[in-house]
Amino acid sequence: MAKTPVRFTLNDAEAALFVDEGANLIDVLRRGAGDLSPKQGCAQGTCGACTVLIDGQPHLACLTLAETVEGRRIDTTGGLAGGPQLHPLQTAFMEEFAAQCGFCTSGMLMAAKALLDRQPSPSRDEVAEAISGNLCRCTGYEPIIDAVMRASQRMRGAA
Amino acid sequence: MLSVQTCATLDEAARQMGDRTRFLAGGTLVMRGVNYADPSFDRIVRARTMPCEIRSDDTGLRIGAGATMADLLAARDAEILHPVARMIGGPAVRNMATVGGNLFAAHPYGDLATALLALDARVEMAGGATEPMETFLAGRDRQRGLVTAVILPRVTASEFRWAKISRVKPKGVSMLSIAAWLQGGSRITDARIAFGGMGPTPLRAKAAERALRDRTLDPAGIEGALAACLDGLAPADDALASEWYRREVAPVHLRRLLLREAR
Repeated sequence: MAKTPVRFTLNDAEAALFVDEGANLIDVLRRGAGDLSPKQGCAQGTCGACTVLIDGQPHLACLTLAETVEGRRIDTTGGLAGGPQLHPLQTAFMEEFAAQCGFCTSGMLMAAKALLDRQPSPSRDEVAEAISGNLCRCTGYEPIIDAVMRASQRMRGAA
Repeated sequence: MLSVQTCATLDEAARQMGDRTRFLAGGTLVMRGVNYADPSFDRIVRARTMPCEIRSDDTGLRIGAGATMADLLAARDAEILHPVARMIGGPAVRNMATVGGNLFAAHPYGDLATALLALDARVEMAGGATEPMETFLAGRDRQRGLVTAVILPRVTASEFRWAKISRVKPKGVSMLSIAAWLQGGSRITDARIAFGGMGPTPLRAKAAERALRDRTLDPAGIEGALAACLDGLAPADDALASEWYRREVAPVHLRRLLLREAR
């Protein structure tokens, strides 16, 4: 099978890989680049577990043809923390018990990050809208919304 | 084995389409097929640049086929379609799913196509030919050409009504959807009503459209349209609802839509 070269920025580092024709981005990130932080759930765009940011905007890695990210910037949960220093969203998710089994967490964090980058002080409705493409079968969503609200406050220095 | 062919432009890609081939735009439909080993295709054609421009003038609105739902929501010119685009998928899907792709999306997707059918849009194909949404949808499974744009006539926002009925709130796929373009103000001079989820493609409720002409939007005025609205529709059983249920509730949702205050 022919391989296609693709280069992109992954969490501030340059990545250059050969990908199979038709490979999706989630496989290339996990198996090729070794970033296991984005999860593959449904592989059909329903669950949002594979949400990553492409040029700052949330995308579903499982439905992205890997070779289309040539030259683009990809951010995953793997790049959120700065060394031992967790991102405020990660800290707030722990404090608010916003993760139980944890499978949706990586996608939730990226969807929430895209929101806070664009709208630093969202309403609860805006948070619900931002994570509306991400399924969670454990928490009932309210703790996740609480966590995003808390992270938003903290990032603005309000609490 | 899957092969991917990347072309510079959509016109070039259109010349590369053939048997067992899918065109990849946003990927939300085609990559799902790839992930689930859809046996109906083994070749993907894509274009490096897509027509994404959204532009309105005196005659109407032209939307490049590569515009995403997020692009629609960011374009003031496309305001008429904002209520529809807003209800499609989550933010990630809206950043990917394109207007052109939505025309091919089988139920329970394809809400935008339902709205475009009610709004009497025309579909422009690579090569320049255009076709009304209605005949385009009827023949879409046999379609080999690539869509370059959809072209809407000039529509006043207050004349357009939209409802998407989902089981999951705030976001879920539509059990059915209804789009209506009602001209004439208090007394309807012309109506176009399209249902999504009530047949293999979005379909017009033409008997209901005729029954609304010269009527007012009040309980007595819409009675005939409600009685006739299932005419020509062909709902099916699926995991979201049975055919029986869809037939029962479609007139109920149409009544709510028609009696709702205009925007």
